[in-house]
Amino acid sequence: MFGLSPMEASALTLSLNASALAVLWSLPLAVGLGWLLGSRRFPGHALLNAVVHLPLVLPPVVLGYLLLVVFGRRGPVGSALEAWFGIRIAFSGAAVVIACAVVGFPLMVRAIRQSAEAIDPRYARAARSLGASELRIFLTVTLPLMSPGILTGITLAFARAVGEFGATITLAGNIPGRTQTLPLALFTVTQSPGGDAEAMRLCLLSLALAGAALLASEAISRRVQPGRALA
Amino acid sequence: MIEIHLRHRQGGFALDIDLALRAQGIIGLIGRSGSGKSTLFSCLAGHARPTEGCISLYGRPLYDSTRNLNVPPAQRGIGVVFQEGVLFPHMTVRRNLAYGARNTGTAFWHEVITALDIGALLGARPGRLSGGERQRVAIARALMAEPDLLLLDEPVSALDPGLKARTLDLIAKVQERTRVPMIFISHAPEEVRRLCGQVVTLQAGRVHSVTENGHPAPPYTYLPGPEARRCAR
Repeated sequence: MFGLSPMEASALTLSLNASALAVLWSLPLAVGLGWLLGSRRFPGHALLNAVVHLPLVLPPVVLGYLLLVVFGRRGPVGSALEAWFGIRIAFSGAAVVIACAVVGFPLMVRAIRQSAEAIDPRYARAARSLGASELRIFLTVTLPLMSPGILTGITLAFARAVGEFGATITLAGNIPGRTQTLPLALFTVTQSPGGDAEAMRLCLLSLALAGAALLASEAISRRVQPGRALA
Repeated sequence: MIEIHLRHRQGGFALDIDLALRAQGIIGLIGRSGSGKSTLFSCLAGHARPTEGCISLYGRPLYDSTRNLNVPPAQRGIGVVFQEGVLFPHMTVRRNLAYGARNTGTAFWHEVITALDIGALLGARPGRLSGGERQRVAIARALMAEPDLLLLDEPVSALDPGLKARTLDLIAKVQERTRVPMIFISHAPEEVRRLCGQVVTLQAGRVHSVTENGHPAPPYTYLPGPEARRCAR
């Protein structure tokens, strides 16, 4: 694929797939939490906000270790999943997705929350006075007005997930063809003698992916003002 | 009748209103900044919960503190128009109008569009409209829901004098055609004089005076009856 070696192609495909799945699975919860944190005030608001943003400031290896404690074979969730469904999370493809989702989640929530904060509350009041239910207001007014933040959040979380290293290697390991993502493959070839050319190729690939994601995010935020829906 | 008998405390501000108004034509609600116009607007629309009292529209209670009754804004049958229109920016004018409309394309639909002269704007997005056009569309959108009462909160105060006069004339025209009673809130006496028969003046959170076609109305004509007074001390 594009002159890439099988290892490089496999790492690229895994990175893209895991990042896309991570964003897809965490999106509904991120939209809900972003909206809640951006438009409502309630007891425990600050605490919830801090918990959601914790992965942003924690060292990724710490995050990976905590995930391993939870999803490992002896962890509360990992052991239950294995006992009930025979599913092993740690050191599997699913572990890569979980690690990517956890590190990208705060960026997604943050962008959506900022978008929700920018929405003039009078839009909802106007909709209520027109007889709309709260669900209809959310679906037809709030959600479209949050769309720039949602798209920015998706892009940033995806970019962060593609570059994820510490949490992934701790929770999923570095198994070629199974859990070896682009940064892990890059790490591996830098440890091998004579792997400079391959390392540079992977490095450029990572740069291109991250750059494209950031450019997309910038284009979205320039196209739309906060609190205004995508035209 | 619109019967209002309420007390509301908000920070250091106190609203203390006793009013019974004939719900017909355009009623003016006038007062300086801080007189309580916006708070009364919020209490009527259901955006704020009064400390105590009751509000009823045509005998239908909307709020009654003694019965812990507070009808949600969506079920009050009260339309609202804000100072800047607040049209949904991601929808065309047509979709804005249809949002709360019981039916589109009816005689009422066409009547409102014609009276407010917005037929040419139906395909446009709110971002492309002038301030006057936005206000006319906002009034039309609120009317399409066929409300029992329409609250207009300083709808022309942000417009320049020429647009203001035209918009006021169109408001009068659409009220005459649709017969939806309106409360027109303003701090400008000339706007209210131009539009309204009944005019309520608020001062420091209380009713200062009520006039009928420019003449002071005797208090017995606008004070609420015993049923309304029952619900507040």
